[in-house]
Amino acid sequence: MGKYIVYRLIQAIPAMIGVTIIGFFLVHIVPGGPAQAMLGPKATPQKIAEINRIYGLNKPLIVQYGIWMLQLLHGNLGQSYFYNQSVWSLIAVNMPRTLAIVGIGIIFAHIGSVILGSLQAYWKNTWFDYLATAVTYFFYAMPYFWLGIILIMFFSVDLNWFPSGGLSNPLNPNPGFGSWVAHTTLPVATLVIGTIAGWAQYMRTSMDETLVQDYIRTARSKGVGEVMVVMKHALRNSILPLVTLLGFALPSLFSGALFVEVVFNYPGMGLLFWNAAVQRDYPVILGIVVLTGLLTIVGNLLADLLYGLIDPRIKYS
Amino acid sequence: MATPERQLSPSSLPAAQREGTSREWKVFWSNPLAWIGTILLLLIILFSFVGPVFYHASAYTPNLNAALAPPSAKFPLGTDSLGRNNLIRLMIGGQLSLEVGFAAAFVSMVIGVLYGLISGFVGGFLDVFLMRVVDVLYSIPSLFFLLFIDSVFKPSAFLLVFVIAMVSWFGVARLVRGEVLSLKQRDYVEAAHAVGASNLRIMLRHLLPNVMGVVLVSTTLQVANAILTVAGLSFLGLGLPPPTPNWGQMLSDSMNYMFQNAWWLIYPPGFAILFVELCVNFIGVSLHQAFDPRLRR
Repeated sequence: MGKYIVYRLIQAIPAMIGVTIIGFFLVHIVPGGPAQAMLGPKATPQKIAEINRIYGLNKPLIVQYGIWMLQLLHGNLGQSYFYNQSVWSLIAVNMPRTLAIVGIGIIFAHIGSVILGSLQAYWKNTWFDYLATAVTYFFYAMPYFWLGIILIMFFSVDLNWFPSGGLSNPLNPNPGFGSWVAHTTLPVATLVIGTIAGWAQYMRTSMDETLVQDYIRTARSKGVGEVMVVMKHALRNSILPLVTLLGFALPSLFSGALFVEVVFNYPGMGLLFWNAAVQRDYPVILGIVVLTGLLTIVGNLLADLLYGLIDPRIKYS
Repeated sequence: MATPERQLSPSSLPAAQREGTSREWKVFWSNPLAWIGTILLLLIILFSFVGPVFYHASAYTPNLNAALAPPSAKFPLGTDSLGRNNLIRLMIGGQLSLEVGFAAAFVSMVIGVLYGLISGFVGGFLDVFLMRVVDVLYSIPSLFFLLFIDSVFKPSAFLLVFVIAMVSWFGVARLVRGEVLSLKQRDYVEAAHAVGASNLRIMLRHLLPNVMGVVLVSTTLQVANAILTVAGLSFLGLGLPPPTPNWGQMLSDSMNYMFQNAWWLIYPPGFAILFVELCVNFIGVSLHQAFDPRLRR
């Protein structure tokens, strides 16, 4: 097991280097550049040259990449061109907020899709199954941002249960945990509904295949109760595809979080990236791309290892 | 599935394949979901492309006296904040969304198929290298890629097709490579080698037709993804520039009138995207059931 982890970590290194190379060169090859973006229409060639010199943008690309990589290895992602802050401090503020909604979203989405998918498989081809399939299809086809708008329409505008966006009430200087829950409920709900719609079908298929196995019949004939059969015997084997999905779902969850953050004006990584992309704030863009790339690779690794914990049949070598 | 013995004779190959494929299409059309998806999608295409021929109204002329008017006989779907007719904007908005979605899926299919075909067929070091590249590209969240490129270049329909295709071909490439790896071990490929067929001919004439089933399924689902991406980018304000409307941008505009309860601006473009997604997914699932032998009952 330990050997396998080390092997997988080594395997992840070329992928990480690839992510940094693609991110770095893509950002630097484009026309315009940060000097143009900072100065706007008033840019003169002299001023552009000066800014390029200050930020080291006049050096050859390969040298810039080397400097940037060296800083990266020291945990330094550079300085934002616009916020007068280090990229790391911007990310340190915004990342926990995004991880909060994505993390809570993943937990609820897992619970929800396991329950829904298992029930669908258990009551296969009944009206419940058909209804649940239709509903999940419906929400699966729904864009995240539209779902968010509809939730705001119902729960903020019509019912006035939750705030329509933001992270805290600006009039309340000392927001407590209650305010945090109120502000994150709708963004999390948007992510959870969209994700369950995608995952429940996998769970249904997997549970369906498990419930016809011989060992399930053995358990039933021993007189094990139906609840125990499904919850204990079948669940452990049928949950495997969802663990794999978790690793693959990370990039799409981050993309989903971006839309959710824009709709709910929730100040996280998504909004930070969006603003940086519009302002061409290179270090921020790069920092976020590299970090999410790293998280994706780590996510895949974790999913692989979790797989082994849940399924003792898998041996690592 | 055509049997290897039949495929040994080159002249009978196309006939055997035609027979094999027609059975799969029969399975496809026996699925009610396939019919619902196809017919509804055709209706939406007609609505967007033929609708404006019969419904004469301007999608661009502002009419500030009738701004934010709810649906009425004159404006069946109400008007937006500039008093423009929402129904005709919904029709025209569909044109761009559909065109870009289908074109992007097609381009990504072509890139993915060629990449996977070469990677799987040539094998060896090249295969390892090409697949590593795909692994790396997979790790970068594609939306970040898209947002970035879109903010740097001036968005146009052509650019959108290009960038969406650039971030969505990896899946097809992996799929095709996997299929080719198993197909190239088959007897009929060896037989083709033996009678002196060139590598190019084997790839295009013998392997390509046999991977098209899985490619078709994944391309269909790709159309759904691409349409969603176009809408998403427009929603983020980085899609196509106004005044030409598109569904995503209409949704994004409608968000400003949420508190005025302008439901006629929020629901129509959303449902338009939803219905296209549903149709394409229905078709994709039916294709999957027809072309994947493991799912056929």
